Amino acid sequence: MHRTKVRIVEDALDANNTIARSNRDDFDRHHVTVLNLMSAPGAGKTTLLERALGEPLEGFRVGVLEGDVQGSYDADRLAALHLPVTQLNTDPGFGGECHLDANMVRSALPSLPLGEIDLLVIENVGNLVCPAEFRLGEDARAMVCAVTEGEDKPLKYPLMFRSCELVLINKLDLVPYLDVDLDRLLYSLDAVNPGVRRIPVSARTGQGVDEFRRWLLGLATRRATAGV
Amino acid sequence: MHELSVASAVLDTVERHARGRRVTLVSLRVGRLRQVVPDSLRFYFEIVARDTVCEHAGLELSEIDARLSCSRCGHEWEPVFPAFRCPECASAEVVLLGGEELEVEYIEVEESHAITADEQETQCTGPR
Repeated sequence: MHRTKVRIVEDALDANNTIARSNRDDFDRHHVTVLNLMSAPGAGKTTLLERALGEPLEGFRVGVLEGDVQGSYDADRLAALHLPVTQLNTDPGFGGECHLDANMVRSALPSLPLGEIDLLVIENVGNLVCPAEFRLGEDARAMVCAVTEGEDKPLKYPLMFRSCELVLINKLDLVPYLDVDLDRLLYSLDAVNPGVRRIPVSARTGQGVDEFRRWLLGLATRRATAGV
Repeated sequence: MHELSVASAVLDTVERHARGRRVTLVSLRVGRLRQVVPDSLRFYFEIVARDTVCEHAGLELSEIDARLSCSRCGHEWEPVFPAFRCPECASAEVVLLGGEELEVEYIEVEESHAITADEQETQCTGPR
């Protein structure tokens, strides 16, 4: 028995990325644009989606893939809007995965009505760490950061904040009641992801939600104008 | 928590390349921006490696510093805290040159047979 050194030089996430590309091929075939929406737990992803998707998005048909460790609480809320919602639970994994990966999304593809939607919003499991690592086959990544999380969040989780092209600053209605310095939060965000598009919103009052809807519309149109 | 996902991804990559051979060492290049805690990764790797070809394999980690380059003025620097704007010209158009690696560089496996010429192409014999 002797030992041999085998040179590999391969990204440890290559296997995930390969599956993500297959997902992407399937989305492309059905002309579906996909948004991966991420945040810490309780930042307000579901409430924001309830607000933003309550009215039809012009002619675009929207579906939601709801990722949670357990339960269908969020999916039930969104189903009330009469959108096609598919629940994906991660608990059959190693004690309940804290994120969605490309393979989990792949397993949900047969239950997604891809032929009947134009835009799929994947609401990832609430977590600022692991979801940043795993590509799902999405066209765009956005995240929700609530003002209650503090000004330094972007500096603590640069991988997540850098991986998104849109950051929604939520719970703006709470600013008068908090010690949070909004300018410092935006400054931290700019340090980590300079020039990133950000939309201040309040899912509770509806402030900024129209701008988020216009961004969603732009995202869905991006594919339409690209001719894919 | 994050290290558990990373350890599983590393194990998948290594198992694919080991093709059934017992692995004694895994060498990993990890960029500092991946926010991986080395001890935590070793701990989880030991757990996920149980009952696989990687059981008892050593995990060697080399940490790669973050390095950025400004697309506008060409300045290159190593950010001291996560600051991604160019300190020379304040441009936001910067390119990440290093620091996001999460790469299995090589593994060491036990061979019971002589290596064929075909296999030799992709392998180099270690100094052991």
